[in-house]
Amino acid sequence: MTLQFNNETFRDDYSFHNSQRAIDRFPFPFHEDSYMYAVNMEQHQGGPADSVYEKRFDVDEHYVAEMADRAKVLDDDPLRCQSLPHMALAGWDLLELIMVSKSEDYPDLFELHREGHKWHWINKPLGIEDHFTFMDDTTLPYAPMEYITRQTQGDFCVLDQRKDNLWMDAGMVTTQADWSLDFDIGMNFFEWHAPVPLAHEKGIFKRALKFLLNIRQGAPARRLNWTMTVNPLLDTSPENYHKWGIQKTTLTPENIGAKQHLRVELQTFFRLPRSNALVFPIRCYLMSFQDIVTKPKWGRRLNRVVRDLPEELATYKGFIENRPMMLEYLSQFDDGLPTSFGVWPDEDITPLLQR
Amino acid sequence: MSTFQFPPSIRSRPVYGILEPRPGKVHLMIADAEGAAAFIDLAFRAPELVAKAHVIYIPKSTDFAAALHALNPAQYYEGPSYSAAVSRIKRVLSDASMDLQIYLAGTEGLIGQALNEAMQAGYDYTAIQTEHRGSVARRMQCVHCKGITEDVTTDPFQCSHCGLNLFVRDHYSRRLAAFQGVCIDAEKPGSVPPFKELYS
Repeated sequence: MTLQFNNETFRDDYSFHNSQRAIDRFPFPFHEDSYMYAVNMEQHQGGPADSVYEKRFDVDEHYVAEMADRAKVLDDDPLRCQSLPHMALAGWDLLELIMVSKSEDYPDLFELHREGHKWHWINKPLGIEDHFTFMDDTTLPYAPMEYITRQTQGDFCVLDQRKDNLWMDAGMVTTQADWSLDFDIGMNFFEWHAPVPLAHEKGIFKRALKFLLNIRQGAPARRLNWTMTVNPLLDTSPENYHKWGIQKTTLTPENIGAKQHLRVELQTFFRLPRSNALVFPIRCYLMSFQDIVTKPKWGRRLNRVVRDLPEELATYKGFIENRPMMLEYLSQFDDGLPTSFGVWPDEDITPLLQR
Repeated sequence: MSTFQFPPSIRSRPVYGILEPRPGKVHLMIADAEGAAAFIDLAFRAPELVAKAHVIYIPKSTDFAAALHALNPAQYYEGPSYSAAVSRIKRVLSDASMDLQIYLAGTEGLIGQALNEAMQAGYDYTAIQTEHRGSVARRMQCVHCKGITEDVTTDPFQCSHCGLNLFVRDHYSRRLAAFQGVCIDAEKPGSVPPFKELYS
C-alpha cells in the first residue's frame, strides 16, 4: 500500500492523530497484566507483516510531520544534536546504515545510488535529493549524523564502546522522555541511567550492558519502554519542562480519553561497522487512551498495569498525580475478565467488554 | 572538622576519597578553601611529595594560605577565584608529562572544574585523586536556561540567570562540572517549598 502522510502537529493545536492502521499496529508494551523492569531484549530481525517491527527503521504516517517538528526543535535549540569530536566516523556509519536500510525496505519512498564514494540519495516524502561524497563532510548540508537523523523518525544515541562500557558521545534527541542530551553527553551507561529508580538494585543495567556490549554487526536487538504524556507532545524535554509541565494539570474526566497518551519507545540497537560504535534509536509511538481501549484486551490490561504499578515508577514516569483520574477512566474498560498472554490485541479470541 | 560524609546516592553523583601519596616525579595539587587542610594532612604523611608539588590554591575567605605556603611546595600560586586560576591550570596540564599525579581538594565545584580541565588535557578521570573538604555547596546548571549558579547551598534555589526556582538533583555531568537544576513549580506555578539548607 502507499503510505499517506498525516498533516498534523505535535504542539500548539495538537492535531496529531492515529489512523485505524496506526492503532492496529501500535506497539502495546505490556505482555501481561503487570509491569516491572526487565532486560526485555529480543533480536531485531523483522516481525509480523505491517507491524512496527517488520522493517529496520519503521516509516509511518507521522513521518513528514515528525520531521517538521524536529526541525522546529533544532531551530529553537541546536544543542539537541551534538557529537563529540571522536564520533565523526560513527556518524558516517549511521548515515550508511539508514540510507541502505530505508532504500531496501521502502524502495518506493527512498533511493540510494552508489558508485564508489559518489552517492546519490533521494528522499521522496521530504522532497530531498543530494549528491555527495561518502566520508566527506563538506559535501552535505549538515554533518552526516545530523543530516540523516533529520530524515529519520526517532531519537538517536550514538554510543562509543570502550573500557567495557558504553558512552553517550553523540546523539540527536528531540522526542525524549524527559532527559537532556546536552547534560548527559559524555556519560557512561550507568551514569546516564542514574536517575532511574529500582532498576540498578535489580541488576537490570549490569545485565543490559553485558548484552549490549556483545551486539554484533548484522545482529541488531530491540526492546520496548514506555511512559505517559499528556497531549501528543514529542518534545517532552527537561529544557522545556517549565513550559510543558503545566499541561499535565489540564486533564479532566471529560478530556482524559483524548488527551492522555501512552508513550511507547521502540528501542533498537545496531553495531556500526567502522567505528564499532553502537547506535541506539529510540522511536516514540503515541496513542491516546481512547484509541487504546478500542482493543478490549489492551483496555483491560492497561487499567491493571497502571493500577498496580509501584509508586516509585509512577512518580519517575511523571503521572503519580494523575493516576487516580487515569484509573477512573480506564476502569470503565476493565470487567475483570482474564487476558491472553502477549502484547498482541488478539481480537479474534478476546471477548467484548461485558457491561 | 571540615569533612562531610555524603549519603549514598545515584551512579552519576561523584564520590570522593582521601588523598593518598602516590609515587611520581611531578605532582599537581589544586584546592580551594578548606581543601588546603587535605594537602596539609597529605604533607604530614609524605613531606617529600609536597616539596615536589605545584600547588594552586584559591583561599576564598579561609585562612589556610599561610600554613599551606609554609609546606614549601616547589611552586605555589594563590588566586582570587577559580576563573582567575584556570589559565594557569591549563598551562600546567598542557606542559606536564602523562605521569603527572593530580590531587584535587575542597568544594565540589572546584574539584569538578579542575577534573574537567584535566580530562580535556587527556588525563583519565579515574586516575585523578579527589578529596572533599569544607562547604557542601554545589555548582548547579539550570537545565532550562543553561546558566551556571555557583555555590548553591539550598534546595530549592533560584537560578541566578533566568530566575526560575529549581530543585537540586543529584544527577551530575562531569563535562559541565555541574549538578542539574530543574524547575520545581512547573506543574503548580508559584508553589515553591521553603528553601532548605542542603543535607539539613
